[in-house]
Amino acid sequence: MSWDWEFAFEVFPDIVGAIGVTIGATVVAYLISLVLGLVFTLLRRSSFKPLSLLMAGVIEFIRTTPPLVQLFFVYYAFPMSPFTTGAVVLGVHYATYVSEVYRSGIEAVPTSQWEASKALNFSKAQTWQKVILPQAIPPVIPMLGNYLIVLFKETPLLAGIFVTEMLQVARIIGADTYRFLEPIAIVGFLFLVLSYPSALFIRYLEKRSGKLHGSAEKGVKT
Amino acid sequence: MFTNIGEFLPFILGGLTTTVQAFLFGAVLAYSIAIVAGLMRTSKLAVVRIVATIFVELFRGTSLLVQMFFFAFVFPALTPFTPSLFLAGGLALGFNYGAYASEVVRGAVLSVPEGQKEAAISLNMSKVQRMRFVILPQAIRIMLPGIGNNSIELLKGTSLVYFISLADMTYRADILRGANTALSSQIEIYTYLLFTYFVLALPLIFLTRWLEKRASKGVSTA
Repeated sequence: MSWDWEFAFEVFPDIVGAIGVTIGATVVAYLISLVLGLVFTLLRRSSFKPLSLLMAGVIEFIRTTPPLVQLFFVYYAFPMSPFTTGAVVLGVHYATYVSEVYRSGIEAVPTSQWEASKALNFSKAQTWQKVILPQAIPPVIPMLGNYLIVLFKETPLLAGIFVTEMLQVARIIGADTYRFLEPIAIVGFLFLVLSYPSALFIRYLEKRSGKLHGSAEKGVKT
Repeated sequence: MFTNIGEFLPFILGGLTTTVQAFLFGAVLAYSIAIVAGLMRTSKLAVVRIVATIFVELFRGTSLLVQMFFFAFVFPALTPFTPSLFLAGGLALGFNYGAYASEVVRGAVLSVPEGQKEAAISLNMSKVQRMRFVILPQAIRIMLPGIGNNSIELLKGTSLVYFISLADMTYRADILRGANTALSSQIEIYTYLLFTYFVLALPLIFLTRWLEKRASKGVSTA
C-alpha cells in the first residue's frame, strides 16, 4: 500500500471536523484539573492528619493507575455521556499531577511570608488569597502549561469509550475502507502541528520566567 | 457486590504476563533509546543534535495511542515487514517513553556544573574519559528519580495495548465485562483491575521515593 493523496484529501475534512471534540475535551478536563488540583493541594496540606494522609493515598492511587482503566470504571459505573465521562476522568487524573505543581509553587514561597502575614494579623483565608497564592502560582505557570499539552495528547484514550474524537474517526474510516495509513498519519500530523508550537511557547515562557525570578536552575523538571 | 473475587481476579491476572512483558520490553527499549538520544542532544555536532531532536519531538508530539496504531496497522502496509501485535505495542511504548526519558537524561547531563568539565579538561582527560568518569557518574544519580517516575508512566501506558487486541489485563477485564453485564459485576471487575495496577506500581513508587532521597544525599547543592 502506498500513500494515496486523493484518499487523504477525502478523509482530511472528516478528521479535522473532530478536532473540536478533542480540543473541547482537553479544555474541560484542564479546567477541572486546575480547580481540583488546588483543592487536592490544600486538603493534602490540612493540619488534620487523617485527612491529609487520606488525601495523599487517594492522589497516589489515582496517579499510578492507568487513566484508560479509570475511564472504563467510570463509564460502566455511572450513567454519564461518553464525553462527560472522558472530561471528568482525565480532569481528575491530571488534577493529581497539577496538585504536585501547585505544591512545589507553594513550598517555594519563603516562610517569612507566612510569618509576616501572621504578624499583620491576616486570617488564614486572607493569607492564602493575598499573600501565598499570588506568589506561588505565577512561577509555575509554564509547568501548568506543560500539563495542558500532555493532557491534549492523552485525549485519544477517549476513543476507548466511543467519544468521536480524531483518532476514533480515523479508526472508523480505517475499518470502513481497510486503509489505515492516511487516517492515522493525518491524526499524528494534527497532534504534532498543534502540540509542538505550544511546547515551544511553553519553553519560551519557562526561559523568560526563569530569568525574571532569577531561578535559572538547570535541573530536571518532570 | 465484591463477592466474585474468586472468579474475576484469576481471570484478570491471566493477562499479567502480557502486561509485565510489555512493560519490560518497553522499559529496556525506552531506556536504551533515552541514553543514546539524550546524549546525542547534548552533542557539539549540530547534525547529531538535530537528528536526535527531530526523533524526540516526533515521538513526544504525536500521541502514544496514535503511534501504537501506526506500528500495528500502518507499518505492515508500508513495509514488507509485519511486526507481531506484541512487537508493535512494545515498539510504540519504547519509542514514546524513550523520547520522554531522553529529556530526563539530557537535563541530568546538563545539570552537572560546568566546573566539573573544566576540571576534567585541566586534568588532561579525553572526551570519553570525561563522560565516563566525571559527568555520567554525577548525572546518573540525578536522572534516576526521573527514570523511576517514567517507569510508573510506562506501566500505566501498557494498558493501551488493549486497543490493538493484545490480551493484557485490561483486555481480559473487557472480555469479563462483556460476559457479566450486571452493573455491580462491572464495578467489581474494574475495581480489581485498578487495584492490581496499583499493587504492580507500588514497588516502583517506593523505588522512586528511595532514589529521590538518595539523589540529594551527601551532595552540596549550592
